[in-house]
Amino acid sequence: MLIPFSMKNCFQLLCNCQIPAAGFKKTVKNGLILQSVSNDVYQNLAVEDWIHDHMNLEGKPVLFFWRNSPSVVIGRHQNPWQECNLNLMREEGIKLARRRSGGGTVYHDMGNINLTFFTTKKKYDRMENLKLIVRALNAVQPQLDVQATKRFDLLLDGQFKISGTASKIGRTTAYHHCTLLCSTDGTFLSSLLKSPYQGIRSNATASIPSLVKNLLEKDPTLTCEVLMNAVATEYAAYHQIDNHIHLINPKDETLFPGINSKAKELQTWEWIYGKTPKFSINTSFHVLYEQSHLEIKVFIDIKNGRIEICNIEAPDHWLPLEIRDKLNSSLIGSKFCPTETTMLTNILLRTCPQDHKLNSKWNILCEKIKGIM
Amino acid sequence: ICVRYFQTCGNVHVLKPNYVCFFGYPSFKYSHPHHFLKTTAALRGQVVQFKLSDIGEGIREVTVKEWYVKEGDTVSQFDSICEVQSDKASVTITSRYDGVIKKLYYNLDDIAYVGKPLVDIETEALKDSEEDVVETPAVSHDEHTHQEIKGRKTLATPAVRRLAMENNIKLSEVVGSGKDGRILKEDILNYLEKQTGAILPPSPKVEIMPPPPKPKDMTVPILVSKPPVFTGKDKTEPIKGFQKAMVKTMSAALKIPHFGYCDEIDLTELVKLREELKPIAFARGIKLSFMPFFLKAKQQMNPKGNRMMARKMPRKVKQSCSPPTLQTGQPPTTTIELAASLGLLQFPILNASVDENCQNITYKASHNIGIAMDTEQGLIVPNVKNVQICSIFDIATELNRLQKLGSVGQLGTTDLTGGTFTLSNIGSIGGTFAKPVIMPPEVAIGALGSIKAIPRFNQKGEVYKAQIMNVSWSADHRVIDGATMSRFSNLWKSYLENPAFMLLDLK
Repeated sequence: MLIPFSMKNCFQLLCNCQIPAAGFKKTVKNGLILQSVSNDVYQNLAVEDWIHDHMNLEGKPVLFFWRNSPSVVIGRHQNPWQECNLNLMREEGIKLARRRSGGGTVYHDMGNINLTFFTTKKKYDRMENLKLIVRALNAVQPQLDVQATKRFDLLLDGQFKISGTASKIGRTTAYHHCTLLCSTDGTFLSSLLKSPYQGIRSNATASIPSLVKNLLEKDPTLTCEVLMNAVATEYAAYHQIDNHIHLINPKDETLFPGINSKAKELQTWEWIYGKTPKFSINTSFHVLYEQSHLEIKVFIDIKNGRIEICNIEAPDHWLPLEIRDKLNSSLIGSKFCPTETTMLTNILLRTCPQDHKLNSKWNILCEKIKGIM
Repeated sequence: ICVRYFQTCGNVHVLKPNYVCFFGYPSFKYSHPHHFLKTTAALRGQVVQFKLSDIGEGIREVTVKEWYVKEGDTVSQFDSICEVQSDKASVTITSRYDGVIKKLYYNLDDIAYVGKPLVDIETEALKDSEEDVVETPAVSHDEHTHQEIKGRKTLATPAVRRLAMENNIKLSEVVGSGKDGRILKEDILNYLEKQTGAILPPSPKVEIMPPPPKPKDMTVPILVSKPPVFTGKDKTEPIKGFQKAMVKTMSAALKIPHFGYCDEIDLTELVKLREELKPIAFARGIKLSFMPFFLKAKQQMNPKGNRMMARKMPRKVKQSCSPPTLQTGQPPTTTIELAASLGLLQFPILNASVDENCQNITYKASHNIGIAMDTEQGLIVPNVKNVQICSIFDIATELNRLQKLGSVGQLGTTDLTGGTFTLSNIGSIGGTFAKPVIMPPEVAIGALGSIKAIPRFNQKGEVYKAQIMNVSWSADHRVIDGATMSRFSNLWKSYLENPAFMLLDLK
């Protein structure tokens, strides 16, 4: 069912004014099923943006399948520090992406299928899409007990979440996307989606943790391939279109003019971290220095991912007031990011008196501060 | 009070025939000699309450999550106004009108209601494009009061007019679908589609037109296209974060009286040596550059055997199993570091540090030679610890490790602190001579230019292909004099030009 297909003709039929059209060569059926050949979360999110911005979906809905290499995806208005373990992610090389739709945080890997239902704003109906998925699952495995909830989750056996939903509504178009847990690394998921950061106060959308399960655990025949084909078949039947899954390459500028710049934007620090709603951190940590315990208190306000107010309090006898003030004032305006803080504090150290003890205190303090980023 | 521009049929010789005709009606006379006048903004604009429209799925209320505009901003139709969220759906609310935002009804995180006002927009009535206007002295009021043309008025905003003009469309031929027959952007685009049978993106063409002729008989002024105008604006933003820290450090650095010393190094022999050693290093999983040699040469220049014991134990250098991939343009630095260290043994003052008021000088025992790196975040200077007890291979391994961490922004504090001497391989990007700035609290720094193949004469007077690299040293003139720097440089140069000498003095 997977046919590598030159999408150029097909797409141009569905595009509106932004795309130079070569002309109509074929009549279009009422819809399309696409699958991405890329596992890059940013590129795949860029495809969603592109379709949302450029395609005319009147009478022509689109279903898009995509899977990503290990990544954590947060919702549009969420706070990554609150949602996931950024330190662990950095160590393990797990990407962080912020999508444009709302909702909570999810972990993607190749055992998770993402489905995006594109429609016009008028035809936007999440429950209809979820029911379609349930029908598809039952077509493969009639014994499967899968139900859609009021919160637009899919529950297996009434208790395990196998799918979460989010959506984006624009001026004329809308999309509803959801995950489908097939064979994801559940232990890793749990550890990544647990934030170690204390003392965060924020109005960002908070995720609601749920017990999850893989469909493959329930029934070993339910592989990703099988599930994608099942949903595609059901979608094709429902919309009366050809049951062909067209493979698309998100990097193809001829097919998606301007997509690479969309993908780039999704990777910028300003988008991923800078779009975090204003929040503050109020915490403290202990430092062991020459067998004495010291308490360091931290009050930081962060806006647009940058430190707006910074108050690090350390005992005066340990760290001179002027050094502490220098640190506080230098951090203002800086990104709330360990890399930037490392560079900043390191280079700033050169302007401090060159005293071995002072240097080591400075370094100890800076390490602790980076730990909360 | 509006002023309109009119095209007089008779006086259009200078204009292109397919020029945009805003109004098909001529016959207006000014009694005043001025042609172009600036319109004022408070001109029949009406304040419209833009209500939050139905979002679908029976949603009655949403939370305002982000404003894209603020009061006073100008918006065009379809521009994004704000982002709201409802039950896992993020919704972009776009403007229905062109105009100026007058009031925002909600703050962030407030609940907004469908059907209730979201923002107030003052719509532009019939304001003409300001760019077409040359400002002239104010005309008296009488002239303006009756300047309405008989016949049909074409309602369109400046943005729409410009779009029409760029695509050579007569507004009079476009059917407006907006309020009062107003022509909207969509109408222009639909018109275009019908015309050409395909939708083409409008290309911003700037037409260069000759200035209008001065009508001696005070006839109607004619509209001309503007000459190419650069509309870029300066952007001021505060210096913050790492940049701000650099400002502080570099300001402190410049208090040091720098003197410079430059020289040319013939690396031909070293290039040969490196070629021999490269495969051996590669087999051990390490990419061998010139830098380890450069670093060691510095350290080795002490025939008196000044054995300053390192206070710290040598760091465990990790041997990675797979050859690390270095970014292109990464400096070949191993050999250079080595030579530097050998040199510092003889001239320990270059590995020293002075305090703020330059009252005390500390001769550092360890040669922790820093390598300036350019990363995405900016300039970073990790250092190789204790080069004086490292072999070429050790240094190469360490450099590989630092470069790898630097490229992913994961250099730790230990790697970044404790440097005693710095080398900057700006030559990996380009350049020959430089004037590097000393990184306090150090007292010297060297900048290495790029290696170029240049013809030189050998001992026999024959021309040969030499691999030449320039070095530019800067040193703190309060504690280091020119002669010291020169001797150090000569010795370092001799090690690099004759690598076998290094072998002699390697510890």
